[in-house]
Amino acid sequence: MDKGRFGIYGGQYIPETLMNAINELESAYKHYKDDEDFIKDFNSLLVEYAGRPSRLYYAENMTRDLKGARIYLKREDLNHTGSHKINNVLGQVLLAKRMGKSRVIAETGAGQHGVATATVAALLGLECEIFMGKEDTERQALNVFRMKLLGAKVHEVTSGTQTLKDAVNETFREWTSRINDTHYVLGSVMGPYPYPEMVRDFQSVIGREVREQMLEAEGRLPDVVLACIGGGSNAMGIFYEFIDHPQVRLIGCEAAGYGVETDRTAATMATGRVGIFHGMKSYFCQNEYGQIAPVYSISAGLDYPGVGPEHSYLKDIKRAEYVPVTDKEAVEAFEYLSRMEGIIPAIESAHALAHAMKLAPTMDKEQIIVINLSGRGDKDVAAIARYRGEDIYE
Amino acid sequence: MNRIENIFSNGKAFIPFITAGDPSIEVTERLVHELANVGVDMIELGIPFSDPMAEGVVIQAADNRALSSGTTTDKIFDMVRRIRRTCDVPLAFMTYVNPVFSYGSERFLSKCKEVGVDAIIVPDLPYEERDEIKPYCREHGITYISMIAPSSKERIGSIASDAEGFIYCVSSLGVTGVRDDIGNASADMIKNVKLVKDIPCAIGFGISTPEQARAMAKISDGVIVGSAIVRIIGQYGKECIEPVMEYVGTMLAAIKEEYR
Repeated sequence: MDKGRFGIYGGQYIPETLMNAINELESAYKHYKDDEDFIKDFNSLLVEYAGRPSRLYYAENMTRDLKGARIYLKREDLNHTGSHKINNVLGQVLLAKRMGKSRVIAETGAGQHGVATATVAALLGLECEIFMGKEDTERQALNVFRMKLLGAKVHEVTSGTQTLKDAVNETFREWTSRINDTHYVLGSVMGPYPYPEMVRDFQSVIGREVREQMLEAEGRLPDVVLACIGGGSNAMGIFYEFIDHPQVRLIGCEAAGYGVETDRTAATMATGRVGIFHGMKSYFCQNEYGQIAPVYSISAGLDYPGVGPEHSYLKDIKRAEYVPVTDKEAVEAFEYLSRMEGIIPAIESAHALAHAMKLAPTMDKEQIIVINLSGRGDKDVAAIARYRGEDIYE
Repeated sequence: MNRIENIFSNGKAFIPFITAGDPSIEVTERLVHELANVGVDMIELGIPFSDPMAEGVVIQAADNRALSSGTTTDKIFDMVRRIRRTCDVPLAFMTYVNPVFSYGSERFLSKCKEVGVDAIIVPDLPYEERDEIKPYCREHGITYISMIAPSSKERIGSIASDAEGFIYCVSSLGVTGVRDDIGNASADMIKNVKLVKDIPCAIGFGISTPEQARAMAKISDGVIVGSAIVRIIGQYGKECIEPVMEYVGTMLAAIKEEYR
């Protein structure tokens, strides 16, 4: 019971059929993460293909407008495929290839992880199938076509709430039926061990770069690091480097939907309790009988009833704080950054921006906030227009 | 003594699975009595879950129907308590781990004991995580049923040596559901179990026809049939008892001589 735990969280709660596949993945990961050739290939793809390092941009207009802390944006939106998801996918698909797998499968919510997986599968010559909730295929129709262009087969998931949680269920089911040639590229720091640790490690390049870039630009570490959180991979990626620096406040911004006092919310930390689901022990939105709650957020990428186990641990030991941000606040931040800095953020990342907009004015001008701009907002433009009552279709 | 020990004393065991509360608690209760009367060896009662990761579409739909009809863990406990007034058929809960963990594992297993549930099967709780539930099973005298799959390979040794009651052999890769071809992985799996421990093995996942049941019974100690029954319940709703019993009759006849 102690293997792969963050405090009491994590573990491997999956059907017996998958256990050898998970054990095989664990030993492959442990071997290759220290393998020189693997590290060389991974780093070279991060630079040459994904376009790393991503910029740490000083948002001067936003800083001036909010009249408080100096604001920096970590520009993960400028990575190839438009989000931080590519970091993890490059690592996992390289690993899958080393393991002799010829096929990858993945879940996707907003479509960013699906697009990244389809992209890297095309690059490295693996067969690719993506599972996406039907509701998400409708609100992110462009990404569906993008995945098809990249040669992936996209399965519309019609079970349950037809969103990210159900896409994860269906990808696990598919993996159960075909494990020999197939690797499941899980998109966040969640699921059974070793995924939470492996995905964190592949994403931790974000925080390492921020630290270097911040020392270069300001000669010191930031006071606050902010990231949006669904499963929590971009947040873990930027937090991890700073966990041992207690002077750096770490804040995860989760999707409150219509508000945490309503039942139309996806704020797991604010409204959930400890449970066991999707292979891990962690916080989950659930009813008194342990039935997983239908959740809601305007953001398909944050529309998930759970959170990665390391975040649950960081919450319990009070090393990180978690705050809810509503649809309305996120949409306002989406529009604000577009006008203020000429950068259209992903609606997911806009949740972190929205909290920064509340926080910055309360801080000194000498203090520094870094916001992980985890993705770009092109995919969200039509949905935001509809939110504002404009009848635009992609 | 625990009722589980007698499951395999009447030739090859036939173990039907139904989802509790599908389409309603009343129908499930009647089905249990009918199944017990006709002489099935154990009944597996599924506690419906919002996200049954190991189930195919048929049982997913049953879980939805049961939850929409207002079924809760407490209502299922109450139903078992009523059933036990007149019926002694061995009963096992099939449940995902979260409904147990969320109820409180200690409280859940103590309730199982109180109302008369004999065993528990938890498909998303592998060997490595069994301490989440198994110690409470031991404390309350509930049999914890372990599962093995064709992909288990060398894991079978440790799982079997720790197993009690019987071993649930998953016939083939994939989720639950009717299959045309259930393969022949089970024979080897069962051989490997018996090398380690003399414990009965029942095969489940994919079995729907009398021919399949007969073939699987030949290489094991019993067969578990779920989706094929649940599909009939889905089709007939509250009128399902007659067609379910007719189907169960043909399956019993396929594996037990006295029913022919």
